[in-house]
Amino acid sequence: MEKRELTCIGCPMGCQITVELENGEVKSVTGNNCGIGDKYARNEVTHPVRTITSTVVIEGGDKPRLSVKTKGNIPKDKMAECMKAIDSVRVKAPIKIGDVVIKDVCHTGIDVVATRNIYSE
Amino acid sequence: MKTYEIVIIGGGPAGLAAAISARKAGAKDILILERDKELGGILNQCIHNGFGLHTFKEELTGPEYAYRFMEQVFEEKIEYKLNTMVMDISKDRVVTAMNKEDGLFMIQAKAIILAMGCRERPRGALNIPGYRPAGIFSAGTAQRLVNIEGYMPGREVVILGSGDIGLIMARRMTLEGAKVKVVAELMPYSGGLKRNIVQCLDDFGIPLKLSHTIIDIEGKERISAVTIAEVDSNRKVIPGTEERYTCDTLLLSCGLIPENELSRNVGVEMNPVTNGPVVNESLETNIPGIFACGNVLHVHDLVDFVSEEAKRAGENAYKFVSNGCKEEKTGKVVEIVATQGARYTVPSTINLDRMEDKLTVRFRVGQVYKGAYVSVYLDDQRIMHNKKKIMAPGEMEQVILLKNKLEAQENLHTITVKIEEE
Amino acid sequence: MRDVIIIGAGVTGAAVARELSKYNIDVCVLEKGEDVCSGTSKANSAIIHAGFDAEEGSLMAKMNVRGNEMMDDLCKDLDIPFKRNGSLVVCIHEEAKDGLQTLYDRGVENGVKGLRIIDKEELRELEPNISDKAVAALLAPTGGIICPFELNIAMAENANVNGVDFFFNTEVEDITVDDDKIYHLRTNNGEYKAKYVVNAAGVYADKIHNMVSENKIKIVPRRGDYCLLDKEVGGYVSHTIFPQPTELGKGVLVSPTIHGNLIVGPTAIDIEDKEGTNTTAEGIEKLTAKASDHVKNLPMRKVITSFSGLRAHETHHEFIIEEVKDAPHFIDCAGIESPGLTSSPAIGEYVGAMMKKMMNLEEKTNWIKTRKGITHPSDLSFEERKELIKKHPEYGNIICRCESVTEGEIIEAIHRPLGARSLDGVKRRTRAGMGRCQAGFCSPKTMEIIHRELGLDYEQITKNGGKSTIVLERTKGEK
Repeated sequence: MEKRELTCIGCPMGCQITVELENGEVKSVTGNNCGIGDKYARNEVTHPVRTITSTVVIEGGDKPRLSVKTKGNIPKDKMAECMKAIDSVRVKAPIKIGDVVIKDVCHTGIDVVATRNIYSE
Repeated sequence: MKTYEIVIIGGGPAGLAAAISARKAGAKDILILERDKELGGILNQCIHNGFGLHTFKEELTGPEYAYRFMEQVFEEKIEYKLNTMVMDISKDRVVTAMNKEDGLFMIQAKAIILAMGCRERPRGALNIPGYRPAGIFSAGTAQRLVNIEGYMPGREVVILGSGDIGLIMARRMTLEGAKVKVVAELMPYSGGLKRNIVQCLDDFGIPLKLSHTIIDIEGKERISAVTIAEVDSNRKVIPGTEERYTCDTLLLSCGLIPENELSRNVGVEMNPVTNGPVVNESLETNIPGIFACGNVLHVHDLVDFVSEEAKRAGENAYKFVSNGCKEEKTGKVVEIVATQGARYTVPSTINLDRMEDKLTVRFRVGQVYKGAYVSVYLDDQRIMHNKKKIMAPGEMEQVILLKNKLEAQENLHTITVKIEEE
Repeated sequence: MRDVIIIGAGVTGAAVARELSKYNIDVCVLEKGEDVCSGTSKANSAIIHAGFDAEEGSLMAKMNVRGNEMMDDLCKDLDIPFKRNGSLVVCIHEEAKDGLQTLYDRGVENGVKGLRIIDKEELRELEPNISDKAVAALLAPTGGIICPFELNIAMAENANVNGVDFFFNTEVEDITVDDDKIYHLRTNNGEYKAKYVVNAAGVYADKIHNMVSENKIKIVPRRGDYCLLDKEVGGYVSHTIFPQPTELGKGVLVSPTIHGNLIVGPTAIDIEDKEGTNTTAEGIEKLTAKASDHVKNLPMRKVITSFSGLRAHETHHEFIIEEVKDAPHFIDCAGIESPGLTSSPAIGEYVGAMMKKMMNLEEKTNWIKTRKGITHPSDLSFEERKELIKKHPEYGNIICRCESVTEGEIIEAIHRPLGARSLDGVKRRTRAGMGRCQAGFCSPKTMEIIHRELGLDYEQITKNGGKSTIVLERTKGEK
């Protein structure tokens, strides 16, 4: 039996939730005060996901950096790998908000997109 | 002198939303004066997501949220000037401003909306002892350097203060390859959102030390180490709890202060708790025709609430203009008092004649309350008693007042908002 | 080889340099910091003392009173602000009133003009926020306030314009004298030679002196913590409020500054480290408590920064301004602690006269007496300001919002004689970053201007020279 301790992010209460797992299957969720906590805890222990936001180098723009995000959640354990991909990409101005910067980043099925406009210098 | 119906000082989230709503209400000529080189204000450097859940029912990053409003400003052909600093405003609503192209100029406004936002509390105001080397930044300055300018302040980071900007910067610096060693928080609770504590600290194994502060800064040129110690319930350092952390960067996220220099100079009455103007139900200050919204009024934790508040300021400012810019002296004015755990309210007064059917009153609590009640009294009579699972100083609270209830109360003098344990 | 080398570009060194720039000689200044005004001169009370403190007949008394007298004309010539706001030594114990008379008598003996002992009624009228305990005060109308950075910078600039060279980041490591009585100064930047040397090295004056003399002196860095309060409360007192002095010095004062803040300090603690400018929690607590003895309900919550400065305290508490007995042509300006800022022009004059005689100097005919300071658009009328921006749009671009400093002023500060090369250099010349947000907003913008105007990479821009860089590197591993 595996035990995992989590802090619920559903509301400012921040319930300390304990999840018991067996062979990757949730056996029990305790410590939460409401359904939000239960749902959060089950997701977080079975397939935790995050959105990455960062910047990429942009050439020829009126700013040296373009802000970007993964256009959806990616598996938490892929964060480091995705950051590497984001760090190494170079784009050219102009760029429009929503433009795809990296397609299907690290085979997650998720694109990295621009979150602002950058005009040519 | 050029005349505008509405001049808005600040082109951040508050100013943009106020401009759009004023236009939609019917204002013809509106001018936004923005000191930075683009519209959007601080949102441009807040590249993380989590904005807009209330307004757009989706999670946006700061620049995306700002762009939604900028697009409307462009569509509505609302005039704006960038790189423009407002130097002065007068009681009769003359705005003196300056930029490179137009030089120094004056504008007659029929109504002014203050939307200048806030600034961060600097090291000096925190009285942190030690040396004064390079490498100490307010979290927002570091955020601008990293996200906009593309420079890393350093590689080994300590953060003082667990407000949301501090937490967000812990993650940003980590993702950019820095080692964030610890986040110290003077209070026994964090002012940041739980989600940020989990996703910005826990995800990366960054320790959060509550009831801790920095008691020494080392380094004569660049910062080289800090000493952190625990404090007791009176915020006094507990001897023997000192821990030294080597670092090349210290980020401070220790509170925001509304930027009210212009407001003070023109004689706007200030609330000593919020450091923002005292406003009535229309978000109008004591000077007729001067309105305020967003972080210059009181520091918000969600931009969605800023937009909502600014929308009301825009509408009310246009109402003032369309009524001929006259100070309305009619109507019964009721005072709202915050007491017993409620630190302040916005607004501070309500003119029942001008009040709409529903009015949202926002406030903050002074400490963490679990299972306590938000109560509203009309004079001595309690009309609201809502149990809240949790209330914390970091999260803005609100109550909604109904006009018909207030009007039904005979000889209503004072509305009181307080926190009651039972 | 130079005729004269001055060691140190603080107020003393700058004052001596300006004085010597009147003569047809070759003078240079060696400064270990990256800018003028990098040591004791940058962190003090910013006060022009009247001159009733120093012992009758002392050189300190003489220099103080003379320096005070010179200040109006000097500040006019150098285009820097100076105000005689008057100082008050406040007595809070009935039984200590005699002490005021002693100070008064000493002041009169020293030649201080206009001194008057006032009763508590008059005191309250002058200063409504004075402590309820106050029983009487000594009023010195000649006391004043000044910006120490501007005084130091202006004297140095003026000296530079008149031909004195300044070498920064140049620390004197050793001094030898050869058979021709030429001094050889070994520095981290090579050797400098001169016939005469002036030691104006502040807290290091003992180290420099002891390199050439067998009669060793000792300068103890006496640290003082200060708090600077927001302009919102800059008018809390209008005079400089002193307690009655003790043997450790003039005590914790409360004073408006020339730029409209309120300054509280200093404490006094003797330390070993000549770079030990760290503030301490105890120090700040102590100065708050002490200042509150004389000014009531002091609004300490309005503090915008705290800092600490070192006084170059010489064991005998007297200025040493003389040719060193066993080192001919080597002139000490040592032990220049408070009232050193006030005395600096007088010290310059005194050393100038001394060297004129020693070296038999001839005055230049083309000496430039005046200096024009950086344009302050905020001092101009609306129309003048409009005109200025039309001609030079940079003066229409505000960089520091708290102090309303424009891009134009920062560009001027960078390109002036002995121009700024660091954020602190810009700050001390323009006040950009000195306001209530303490450079939070303007530092990235100021860096952009320094980068553009001086061609420095961001990574090379420092707070105040040396390793005090602001940013480390580009993100994303970009070169």
